[in-house]
Amino acid sequence: MKELQNQLEELKNKLESMDKKQASNQLSMVVFNGDLDKALAAFIMATGSVAMGMDAVMFFTFWGTSLLRDQKKPVKGKDIISKMFGFMIPKGAGKVKLSKMNMGGMGTAMIKSLMKKKNVASLEELITLAGELGVKIYICEMSMDLMGFKREEMIDYPDLTYCGVAKFLEEANNSRVQLFI
Amino acid sequence: MTEQLNSDKELDLKGLPCPMPIVKVSKGIKDIEIGQVLKAVTTDPGSLNDFPAWARSSGNEILDTHQNGEEITFYIKRSA
Repeated sequence: MKELQNQLEELKNKLESMDKKQASNQLSMVVFNGDLDKALAAFIMATGSVAMGMDAVMFFTFWGTSLLRDQKKPVKGKDIISKMFGFMIPKGAGKVKLSKMNMGGMGTAMIKSLMKKKNVASLEELITLAGELGVKIYICEMSMDLMGFKREEMIDYPDLTYCGVAKFLEEANNSRVQLFI
Repeated sequence: MTEQLNSDKELDLKGLPCPMPIVKVSKGIKDIEIGQVLKAVTTDPGSLNDFPAWARSSGNEILDTHQNGEEITFYIKRSA
């Protein structure tokens, strides 16, 4: 009888710890790439996942951070290398290019006009939609610093936080779906 | 012509490609009460697979689907 009670207790503890470890119905995505096509895929999956009843979290790192720059926001006080980087890297979602068949910008212009014709949401529209749906955005602080981007040049987004790798890993650990784009 | 089900709300999703049909239907279903029926009309062929997948994940029920030319009509019962 005593043994049975002990076993029951053990089982209860095991269940409790398993319950804590269980991943939630969430999608965590790393957006490393800054190309238009890949960014479209990332935002379609993020908005789609909210429609499916999931939570969605996106982590922007390296070239991905350029997607969140605001073209209209001027920044001052950058050193010469940061200025050069800022000039060479696309300034925001409206400026990014296709990963393939860009053809000096012609391919990107063609795909954009095709998207319009076929009623496909633009990257800017998808970012706004993601904001409305409550998709969380985290930006890698180290990448921002490396590229010389300042916080004041990033877009106005309802749920935007700056963080490091630990925050991503915590979220990924709690998510049933993880993707690297 | 299939028999028409009664619906409490209609959503016109014609001409919208992925991901908008499921984004809009997931918003639209919240405008009706649990047990009520939403009628959604799409022209996106992908939605034939997407809507059932969405319904399974979100815990809603597709009562009926029919196709009329390009138009696909779903009757969805809000169950969650």
